[in-house]
Amino acid sequence: MTNLKQQRHQKIKNLAFRTWTWVATLALATFGPVYIWDYDKTISLIFIGLNFVNGIIMILANKSMFSAFDELEKKIHLEAMALTLGLTMIVGLTYTVLETTRVISGQPQISILVIFMSITYIITLIINKKRYQ
Amino acid sequence: MKNRLKVLRAEKNMTQEDLADFVGVSRQTINAIEKDKFDPSLPTAFKLAKLFNLSIEEVFHYESEE
Repeated sequence: MTNLKQQRHQKIKNLAFRTWTWVATLALATFGPVYIWDYDKTISLIFIGLNFVNGIIMILANKSMFSAFDELEKKIHLEAMALTLGLTMIVGLTYTVLETTRVISGQPQISILVIFMSITYIITLIINKKRYQ
Repeated sequence: MKNRLKVLRAEKNMTQEDLADFVGVSRQTINAIEKDKFDPSLPTAFKLAKLFNLSIEEVFHYESEE
């Protein structure tokens, strides 16, 4: 196995681990007050802070993985990111307008936007990868 | 941009993987360059030309899109 591949696998593993710890601390910060520490503010703040720090570490791990990509991979991911960012902004604002104009009922949920971002990124990544095959 | 990478690689009896390892890119990138779907960066183009002991112009040539 080449150095490039080894380096990439190591960084992907690191990102997977950091993502897992971020999701785990997010779940703890979200559900901990309800099921474990009965809305104790100090404990909640500790876990929210822990989750925030984990988020920063995850972003750094993602950046590190991105720097291990070669020029074509960087181009593919950058194009996917650009499309995801643009679509999220437009769809997010449209979603908000739909609610404020009472076309749809219920408050807009940030989780829906996160799911939309993830799906958009995956789809644009697959399309882009196929373009360069 | 067109290139003679596939021919040159075949002459050297190298696989796309070998070439990718030498240049420090993925095999998919070499494949995309060979199929003229992706133009490599200048450092990558120099590395490829150097491997075949040729100048960049002998490996890559620009074709106007007009």
